[in-house]
Amino acid sequence: MNEVTKIDGIGSSVRRTEDKKFLTGKGKYTDDINRPGQVQAYFLRSDVAHAKIKKIDIKNAQSAPGVVGVFTGDDIAADKVGGPICGWVVPCRDGSATKEPPHPLLAQGKVRFVGDAIAVVLAETAEQAKSGAELIDVDYEELSPVVDFENAGDGAQIHDEVPNNCYFDWELGDEKATADALSGAKKIVKLRVRNNRLVPNAMEPRCALAEFDNLDDSYTLHTTSQNPHLTRLVLAAFMFAIPESKLRVIAPDVGGGFGSKIYVYIEEAVCVWASKKVGRPVKWTADRTQAFLTDCHGRDHVNDVQLGLDENNKIVGLRVDTVCNLGAYLSAFSVVVPTYLHGTLLSGQYDIPAIYTNVKGMATNTVNVDAYRGAGRPEATYLLERTMETAAREVGMDPAEFRRINFIPKDAFPYQTQVALQYDIGDYEPHLDKAMEMIDYFNFEKRRAEAAKRGMYRGIGISSYIEACGLAPSAVVGALGGRVGQWESASVRVNPTGTISVFTGSHSHGQGHATTFAQIVADKLGIPMENVEVVHGDTDKTPFGMGSYGSRSLASGGSAISKAVDKIINKSKKIAAHLLEASEDDIDFKDGKFVVGGTDKEKAFGEIALAAYVPHNYPLETLEPGLEENAFYDPTNFVYPSGTHIAEVEVDPATGVVQVVDWAACDDFGNLVNPMIVEGQVHGGIAQGIGQALLEDAHYDENGQLLTASYMDYCMPRADDLPSFKVGYTTTPSTVNDLGVKGCGEAGAIASPPALINAVIDALSPLGVTDMSMPATPQKVWKAIQDSQSVAAE
Amino acid sequence: MYSTKYVKPNSTTEALEAIKSLGEGKFLAGGMTLIPTLKQRLASPDGLVDISGCKLDSIADEGETLKIGAMTRHVSVAESAVVKKAIPALAKLADGIGDRQVRNRGTIGGSVANNDPSACYPSAVLALKATIHANNRSIAADDFFTGMFETALEDDEIIESISFSKPTKANYVKFPNPASRYAMVGVFVAQFGDEVRVAVTGAGEGGVFRHQEMESVLSSNFSADSVSSVNIDSDGLISDLHASAEYRANLIKEMTKRAVGQIH
Ligand SMILES: Cc1cc2nc3c(=O)[nH]c(=O)nc-3n(C[C@H](O)[C@H](O)[C@H](O)COP(=O)(O)OP(=O)(O)OC[C@H]3O[C@@H](n4cnc5c(N)ncnc54)[C@H](O)[C@@H]3O)c2cc1C
Repeated sequence: MNEVTKIDGIGSSVRRTEDKKFLTGKGKYTDDINRPGQVQAYFLRSDVAHAKIKKIDIKNAQSAPGVVGVFTGDDIAADKVGGPICGWVVPCRDGSATKEPPHPLLAQGKVRFVGDAIAVVLAETAEQAKSGAELIDVDYEELSPVVDFENAGDGAQIHDEVPNNCYFDWELGDEKATADALSGAKKIVKLRVRNNRLVPNAMEPRCALAEFDNLDDSYTLHTTSQNPHLTRLVLAAFMFAIPESKLRVIAPDVGGGFGSKIYVYIEEAVCVWASKKVGRPVKWTADRTQAFLTDCHGRDHVNDVQLGLDENNKIVGLRVDTVCNLGAYLSAFSVVVPTYLHGTLLSGQYDIPAIYTNVKGMATNTVNVDAYRGAGRPEATYLLERTMETAAREVGMDPAEFRRINFIPKDAFPYQTQVALQYDIGDYEPHLDKAMEMIDYFNFEKRRAEAAKRGMYRGIGISSYIEACGLAPSAVVGALGGRVGQWESASVRVNPTGTISVFTGSHSHGQGHATTFAQIVADKLGIPMENVEVVHGDTDKTPFGMGSYGSRSLASGGSAISKAVDKIINKSKKIAAHLLEASEDDIDFKDGKFVVGGTDKEKAFGEIALAAYVPHNYPLETLEPGLEENAFYDPTNFVYPSGTHIAEVEVDPATGVVQVVDWAACDDFGNLVNPMIVEGQVHGGIAQGIGQALLEDAHYDENGQLLTASYMDYCMPRADDLPSFKVGYTTTPSTVNDLGVKGCGEAGAIASPPALINAVIDALSPLGVTDMSMPATPQKVWKAIQDSQSVAAE
Repeated sequence: MYSTKYVKPNSTTEALEAIKSLGEGKFLAGGMTLIPTLKQRLASPDGLVDISGCKLDSIADEGETLKIGAMTRHVSVAESAVVKKAIPALAKLADGIGDRQVRNRGTIGGSVANNDPSACYPSAVLALKATIHANNRSIAADDFFTGMFETALEDDEIIESISFSKPTKANYVKFPNPASRYAMVGVFVAQFGDEVRVAVTGAGEGGVFRHQEMESVLSSNFSADSVSSVNIDSDGLISDLHASAEYRANLIKEMTKRAVGQIH
């Protein structure tokens, strides 16, 4: 390889090519785009959690200054526009299906959460639209709000279609075998944990700009989406019943999603609809309050866990009973997150002979809950790793050693879990060992004693996680209730001078695809990375693709690109064989050159490209001119990143403040395309996990009002809340894809919360504290210390 | 934000005239509190009188006292050599307000006039026996703060400056609300010879207050240990999502201990 390609290829920490525009404020987000004649939309939202709407009076709003139109649910119903759909459903234990109540674009007769949209006001300016909305008179008949999801079954019925407010009651695993295993166990460890509710808080709030072209009856929608093609499919096929060709969806630069921008939200659909209704482009931008109130939230589980051990402290069985909060309407992936993305992960890194889980998904008068960085896997990891630590403590074993004796041995792969997944490859002891070494685990007690001298409680906590990325294969997804395919697409266009345009079905909203995808192509073709352009986010340009979520972009999207490049190489060899007057079988491709084996006859990649487009000397009778290939890649299995994170904390007993003082993360992501970007993903993920474990909590009061609806009360992690992370890797390349890659985008957020809470409990264990819920706020930790002291005094 | 009038006078006299000519006008200082309120449509004044042109930005050592103009930004107080010399605790307090952007805009007058129960400055005003100089009268600190977001100031009065008595020693320690980083509890301790004043912000249902018992204990024995003996009553303390009254009571004691322990 020549110098240039060496620096640019797979495995090098190339600086992110997209960063210049982002760091200099030149990114182009949906809100930066404006159209002549556009009107601004403002949504009037319910300020009560649960009520019948007796009457809506829009008269005064219609005549308010600048107002162009005021529409309600009746107008939507009259045009027969459908609402958002659920992308994945599961069967219930009693054989019934998931209950799927309608989700109207604007409320029809009832509001179901604070923030539920009742009407849209279109006006010349956003302020006028808002003023107009203030003149709408809504007459409510309030119903009793259902907020506590654990007892939602006893609450007022939210949807006629959902008896007992239970969307589904699902199970996985062998209940009888698990019961037998537990009854034969020498010890059963019981734990009840809560996974706190989070607000995604993407830096860029949601935004939509829709325009209608009455010449060809078509729409263009700019929107904040992680998957513009899916948005187009849902809007065109399910909401408006128009051909896909009549709707172009563009997701330009998108400022973070974390899952919250996967789904089609009612606002973007209403903008599309209204743009035709008023014949002018319609723009809507959420402010931060609306983001808090209406972006889908994440997590919100309660899990009851029973783990059975034999006399050697080996796990014999695991039962987990989960109740989760799905909110007012069923969002696109809200059902799969706590079921197939959660229940299937319950074996973790451990050899568990019997597992059973039951999950009840409840409706409440809170905003919808759906995927948020990790989506189901953090919840599974949290309950399992909390339980592992508790079990180790209860049987008096070192938590690292307790994990070690229960790990799936490295020669047991492929390993079939009792909860459907088959892990292709992994090796868990090395990352445990390495993480322990990175944090100097064996000298921890010295550090604890030194901290005690300063009046501080020091603790250490482990989390050995597994996760599953790149949901696949499509056939299995379909069999399990998924309504979408899980492949990814790529189109690789070689331009006449040998430069490359890659069109990917993945979508980048901060992940750095423009860099990593270009590295893959540069590496495989032996050309400089600068010659590779990555295009994404526009349904008119890119092939139909599934977008980015679930850490699938590299494993699925990157693999599709790799396959398309392989096709390019194959065709190029044919062209080279012709030009070099050799047999195709004798052509080797290396370092960007096609060489006739054993000779010095060669053609550079650029020469082949030119020949393909200027086919003067070309095998036209057997080969088409041009050099452009598509690939659709449907993985045969998930990829399974795993790792061990170890957190070290100090607790100040006077204030309850937890300081994270050290962190070791050792992950197995398979091969790394760009280690710097991977490290960034790990850092960001851990920061989010620390946020969940120490700071963040979406809190509704008993009336269904979101009390944490701004940064005055909702606490995001800041740089000074975080330690400097020690990041390391072990590598077992995935056997599923040619690149040997796994996903890294969510691992940090999955691994970190239990490591941190385990560390806090460890710190307080000398006081007899055995439990701590998330977030471990100063007040909560202080209270736990006070309570332990009053118990000790009794 | 509702649309509203905006004027920027060049003197307090003009500013007062402007406010009188409006029905429900508001003085605009740094705007860090007022502008968000307007944006959320929680207030709808018929006019804003921007006082940043009224030459109220000054810091002067006047011997017994340190006088700071109402429009002085937090950053100026934090970085002022004069303040650091006269009352370093005040510079430290200003340096801990909000973030850099907030400190570059927010003003001492705005903070004191607003009397947010979680704001930092009111505790310094109370503990440092400050005098608030309004356009036509001077108000002693002990008479100024009358309740949460309430002060002795009339709507058409403007704060021109604040004079702080120079203490022998003083210190401010704040336990920030994890989310907003305003004071969940902030304690300003000031020693004037034998007299000790302890002002607590962030904790009282009625806003900033002096802690009499702490003051008397510290006056007789100025040490962190003597703080430990004080029983902090949680009655009248704020209880919210972030901190119960009991927890706040604990923080008052702990922050006072730290303030006393590290005083200089
Ligand atoms: C993100 C953030 C974090 C913050 N953190 C802290 C913190 O940690 N600690 C803290 O103490 N504060 C904090 N603040 C508040 C900050 O200090 C504000 O600047 C301050 O409360 C108001 O000052 P201002 O100059 O911005 O006043 P403005 O917002 O302009 O005015 C506030 C009120 O005071 C009135 N007013 C202003 N000046 C005068 C005057 N001279 N005479 C009479 N009335 C007047 C105005 O009419 C208005 O009613 C924070 C603010 C933000 C936005």
